[in-house]
Amino acid sequence: MPRRVLGSGAPVDFAPSPEHELLRQTVRDFAVREVEPVVAQHERERRFPSDVVAMLGPMGLLGIPFPEDEGGAGLDTLAYAIAVEELARVWGSLALVVAAHTSLGCGPIHTAGTPGQKERFLVPMAQGRVLGSFGLTEPGAGSDSGGTRTTARFEKGPGDGTWVIDGTKRFITNARYAGTYVVTARTGTRSDGSPEIGAFIVTDPTPGFSVGRIEEKMGLHASSTGELIFDRCRLPADQMLGGRGDGWKLFLRALDGGRIAIGAMAVGLAQAALDASVPYARQRQQFGRPIGSFQGVAFMIADMATEIEAARLMVYRAAWLKDQGRDHALAAAQAKLFASEVAQRATNAGIQVHGGYGYMEEFKVERYLRDAKLTELGEGTSQIQRLVIARRLLDLEVM
Amino acid sequence: MQIVVLLKAVPVVGTERLDAAGRVDRSAGLEPNGNDEYSLERALTLTEAHGGEVTILSVGPAAATDPIRKTLAMGAARAVHVLDPGLIGSDMAATARVLVAALRRLDFDLAFAGADSSDGGGGLVPAMVATQLGLPYLSYAADVEPLDGAVRVRRISPGGYHVIEAPTPALVVGTQLLGAPRYPSLRGIMQARSKEVATWTLADLGIDPATVGEAAAGTRLLRTETPPPRGRALVVRDGPDAAVAQVVAFLAARGLA
Repeated sequence: MPRRVLGSGAPVDFAPSPEHELLRQTVRDFAVREVEPVVAQHERERRFPSDVVAMLGPMGLLGIPFPEDEGGAGLDTLAYAIAVEELARVWGSLALVVAAHTSLGCGPIHTAGTPGQKERFLVPMAQGRVLGSFGLTEPGAGSDSGGTRTTARFEKGPGDGTWVIDGTKRFITNARYAGTYVVTARTGTRSDGSPEIGAFIVTDPTPGFSVGRIEEKMGLHASSTGELIFDRCRLPADQMLGGRGDGWKLFLRALDGGRIAIGAMAVGLAQAALDASVPYARQRQQFGRPIGSFQGVAFMIADMATEIEAARLMVYRAAWLKDQGRDHALAAAQAKLFASEVAQRATNAGIQVHGGYGYMEEFKVERYLRDAKLTELGEGTSQIQRLVIARRLLDLEVM
Repeated sequence: MQIVVLLKAVPVVGTERLDAAGRVDRSAGLEPNGNDEYSLERALTLTEAHGGEVTILSVGPAAATDPIRKTLAMGAARAVHVLDPGLIGSDMAATARVLVAALRRLDFDLAFAGADSSDGGGGLVPAMVATQLGLPYLSYAADVEPLDGAVRVRRISPGGYHVIEAPTPALVVGTQLLGAPRYPSLRGIMQARSKEVATWTLADLGIDPATVGEAAAGTRLLRTETPPPRGRALVVRDGPDAAVAQVVAFLAARGLA
């Protein structure tokens, strides 16, 4: 099915389509009216926002870039990036829930699922009835995802046989609250000695599958990050996603898309810091004048705004490339790298503009900094993004 | 049941500006008038429950396209946008005449309007429309219930409420008591792309341009100004004894006690 791409299709056109504008306004209205009032309490209590997530599904916000026949809203990656950005502007934790669900939970099934798998797993996820999650990282496999220790052993048996999964996944976003997990496991060893990785769809509950420890994090306190434990967990053969050994490629591809969403989240958090800093710099008086009238503060604001705009355009361009069906791996890595580092600087500057008040939880800008740090780590650290970019440019095995 | 919702595109609340002529600047950044959205919400729930469709009717500038699109994304079936350069500067009476001419070309059981607009705030247009069309006028609706060939409205009044009934077609003026408007769903946003927005001109409606617009206005705008910001409000949340002391101190400080 051809993708519906919004926008004029002109070579360079920075005007968002009316649909993208209406989407942005809708998500912004929703975030400010329905979400913002509950953020502080959830963050303080480290409470997963199940009630808010339940409101997203009927609006179509949990399946934005997927076609309607897969349960999605039938929009594009740009629309998805805009929505994640607007959610992050109000609540980083919620944006991360949506990004992990959409890019990583739904994304691989959309890309590689059979019609039967899409009907059974993707449709309920994209409609927002089931939350999705993605299990790649392990205690010994972070940036080096090739270090995957979780195994999948095939056993002939009833029907087409079963896969038996054993191992532990760590730092899995949406753990405990997801109903469907897409996870990697070693299905064997290739002739060159490298692991053969498969992807599997696991629904909760499944005997042998459990969620372990939930982490306490520096930021994003209302999002859930936890351990997945597989102890002789049996999956029917038709819950393998893609072909045997396709898992690796599939996950790299999901991460390309996921980086766009993390970039969008970074832009939203940076924008939140700017949104808070501008009125504060205009109102806060020191030495008899607004602090924004001192260049020391004013120029911080100017730099924040300039960098945010550049980051936003990089994220949108990566999204646009994906929507055009063009190679977006480099653009996504660059956008994610730049946007996450901009978010780090902008949210830090946001605290600096607020002075001592910025260090107080009441002023929220300290939360933006804590939340933004994740964007430099998740879906590949900044160092991994630089590797991806440098390898493309140098065509060398940069390590 | 066919419902027409009269929609005014107003500047986004909080961003209102006046143009060089002292009129409200409606060239960009418009949104549906809040009270109209409450009415639309009820119109949508009524057609969802009883069948039928909602048609949006808006007299406004080109920038009204955005708020119209939003109402289609919320679930209205189609829209009529009366757009004509001759309409610039029209007063309430002229706007009502244009709405009347447009409504005469539409089939409807109920017409909904919002209690007043967040920009002009005149609150007279719906009554003018009902009067000119000879329609029953049911204002300040807190609830709307369709009956067979009639409508029942719970009308808020200073002392409580009235329950009033009228035969249809009728015009109902809605308030925010009708319930919060829905957010457009993403699917709704996509579906709105293929919904019909008919653009009607004064010529289409058979209206002489000399009878509308600024030159024909029966009222003249002499001056507009932004009200000064209000002073800070004192909100007393303490128990009665402490509250009384604070209120007395507040009044005493101003020589009022």
